[in-house]
Amino acid sequence: MTDLLSRRLLFVTGKGGVGKTTVAAAFGLLAAGQGRRTLVCEVEPKGDLAAAYECGSTPFTGRRVNPALSAMSMDTEAALREYLRLIAGVPVVGRVGPVATAFDFVATAAPGIREILTIGKLCYEVRARHYDLVVVDASSTGHVVGQLAAPTGINELVRVGRIRNQTRWMLEILSDPRPTGAVIVTTPEEMPVAEALDLSERIRAETSVNLACVIANRVLPELFGHREEAVFEALDTASRSRAIAEGTRSRAGDVGAVLSAARLAVTIRRDGAQHLDRLRDGIDPSVPLLYLPYLFGRAHGMRAIRQVAHALGEEL
Amino acid sequence: MRSVNAVKEAFRGAGIEQLVAAKEVVVAVGPGGVGKTTTAAALAATAAQRLDAKVLVLTVDPARRLADALGLRGIGNQATRVCSDAFAAGGVEPKGELYAAMLDMSESWDELVRRHAPDDATARQILANPLYQNVSRRFAQGHDYIAMERLYEIHEEGEYDLVVVDTPPSRNALDLLDAPERMKEFFSSRLLRWLTVPYRSRLVNVAARPFYQVADRVLGSQLLQDLADFFILLQTMQDGFVARADAVSHLLRDVRTTFLVVTTLEATPGREAGEMIAALAERRLHLGLLVCNRVLPRTLTDPSAARAADAMARFSEELAASLADGLSVEREPVEEGVVRLVLEEVAQSFGNLRQVATREAELLHELSEGHEVTATVPYQPGNVSDLAALLKMGASIWGGGGAETGPEQSRPPR
Ligand SMILES: Nc1ncnc2c1ncn2[C@@H]1O[C@H](COP(=O)(O)OP(=O)(O)OP(=O)(O)O)[C@@H](O)[C@H]1O
Ligand SMILES: Nc1ncnc2c1ncn2[C@@H]1O[C@H](COP(=O)(O)OP(=O)(O)O)[C@@H](O)[C@H]1O
Ligand SMILES: [Mg+2]
Ligand SMILES: [Mg+2]
Repeated sequence: MTDLLSRRLLFVTGKGGVGKTTVAAAFGLLAAGQGRRTLVCEVEPKGDLAAAYECGSTPFTGRRVNPALSAMSMDTEAALREYLRLIAGVPVVGRVGPVATAFDFVATAAPGIREILTIGKLCYEVRARHYDLVVVDASSTGHVVGQLAAPTGINELVRVGRIRNQTRWMLEILSDPRPTGAVIVTTPEEMPVAEALDLSERIRAETSVNLACVIANRVLPELFGHREEAVFEALDTASRSRAIAEGTRSRAGDVGAVLSAARLAVTIRRDGAQHLDRLRDGIDPSVPLLYLPYLFGRAHGMRAIRQVAHALGEEL
Repeated sequence: MRSVNAVKEAFRGAGIEQLVAAKEVVVAVGPGGVGKTTTAAALAATAAQRLDAKVLVLTVDPARRLADALGLRGIGNQATRVCSDAFAAGGVEPKGELYAAMLDMSESWDELVRRHAPDDATARQILANPLYQNVSRRFAQGHDYIAMERLYEIHEEGEYDLVVVDTPPSRNALDLLDAPERMKEFFSSRLLRWLTVPYRSRLVNVAARPFYQVADRVLGSQLLQDLADFFILLQTMQDGFVARADAVSHLLRDVRTTFLVVTTLEATPGREAGEMIAALAERRLHLGLLVCNRVLPRTLTDPSAARAADAMARFSEELAASLADGLSVEREPVEEGVVRLVLEEVAQSFGNLRQVATREAELLHELSEGHEVTATVPYQPGNVSDLAALLKMGASIWGGGGAETGPEQSRPPR
């Protein structure tokens, strides 16, 4: 498991809202804390990574979070400019203007263009050894497979042209499980688990990237052991809750509210446990499954990322 | 354009039943994963239960068990009747009829192409073009447009008294609302003109020259040629598409249409829902209902309940001593220590959930600050996967009769 942080390129993905940005940010903090020069890149630039690190903004050119840690956002247009300048040898930035405005539509129609620029930029950072580890806060389920599969796909579509020449070295990086891995984040809920299972299968079938681990995020702590639960049920009756109300000088209704909150917590946890069972049964047993606790306090900002990084560190 | 406020005024206090009875189209919008699809289905099912109306719910990507419950497995754009047996199983005799359909993206695109292409041959050419396959599956804004387009189509046909549409998860709240306009822009864009100029005469266009040079260099001329061919085909559909997008856009603004914003009261979805509400107002679209889903019980924020929880932790030792007296579980007497632990854990768990519930309450207050009719739906154990659960959920949206968990409909003063 310790090999996770010794890789060089990690794609963190999963259904929308499950905690990809949170987990990617935590990975970054953890790796940087071990002295590895780390870059975290938010592929869909919504500003969530900047909010997680409380660093204002994360431009394409990168923002220092701490001496070992930088954060950036993907910008396919900027990536195109960089690519043109560095690799295709188109020096005059001004000339790219019309391309930029038109880029959106072409990139939508021509499969893989946007994807190859995204993956290309990330692989380039790995190859150029600007960082020891690049953590990608990747797109959610639908798009990430397309991104990871882009270098393979582009070969079929673009028969000539410079992009084609670039795909070989990208593939070498992507398909080697020593440097590169995918991390699927999910939550103990029906749809996120269904998507995680679907995604793990698609990553296996359609990309050359190794699935490094699956992370169940927002897992509620187990409230009671078996015996305790039975005792709780025995207490959660009219006469006992009246006794509790008397013993605490509270109204019976208030004690009822407290007990029913515990019942709700048990129910949510039990529903979640069923989904986690499905997850465990569905993924390849050789892929490690990690658990991160639900944070009851505010779950964003640096303080929360530190907590998640800590929990992640314990799981690794 | 009608005054949104006047309409809102008319509906204030009128409740959901009147709202749904007065509208023909309800568009469910909101962040992904919050229960949009489920809420749309619950609203439609409950409308069919309580109103003498033919109701259709148009769903996008339903969870498997929900699709099963609605009889949607393996069915594309076709609408199917949810048979009244399913209602009967929930102990309900519906006044109306419920129909369900699934939105099949690529099938819908194909239909659209067949409709707008000048002739069958062109339609076939477009459908067979590999770039078309790609655009129709992946153009996210296209998905938004398709949802609205299908809605228009169904509404035009006039089969149903009420159509509740679910929408695809979109990355940006505004995309859905602006999708028809975007579709028009796309067809009139300069790029489309450039790309459709026959390849050889391109160099004539001075403004476009750098574009072609760079594009050639990076993409290769073959791909560029393919793109041009594709866009030339697309352009044959321009007039049809533009007129249609206009009509769709009108339907969204029509008095007979209302929007339903669904969200959970978590930070990120809550923020997106807030943006959505603002976007609706800005475009003068009618927000009929805000549904906050999977909300924790309000009693969690009662200060007196919190005091009770504190006291349970503080006096756990004394309480345990008296409660354990004569208590046995699974035929074994219970030790005081276990009772004490349970009491402390219960109190702690209350404190944890209370934190979350307090944030939810703050967010609810913020979101319902306008004058929307707000409904909260509690967490439903074991997921919402059959008609009975949908109706139960619908009952809490409706408020009033039948909701076990106590509906909360708040209409804050203006
Ligand atoms: N372990 C946790 N406990 C409680 N809340 C959490 C936890 N992890 C993440 N969250 C919260 O869940 C929400 C979604 O998290 P995050 O933004 O990381 O998800 P995401 O997968 O990146 O979302 P998107 O798909 O929109 O990019 C945030 O409000 C975050 O604070
Ligand atoms: N009130 C609720 N209580 C418990 N689970 C719910 C509730 N509403 C929705 N769900 C569950 O949440 C998941 C996502 O719901 P769905 O309607 O598909 O969301 P969306 O369409 O917004 O992505 C489903 O598994 C559904 O059963
Ligand atoms: Mg994110
Ligand atoms: Mg949905």
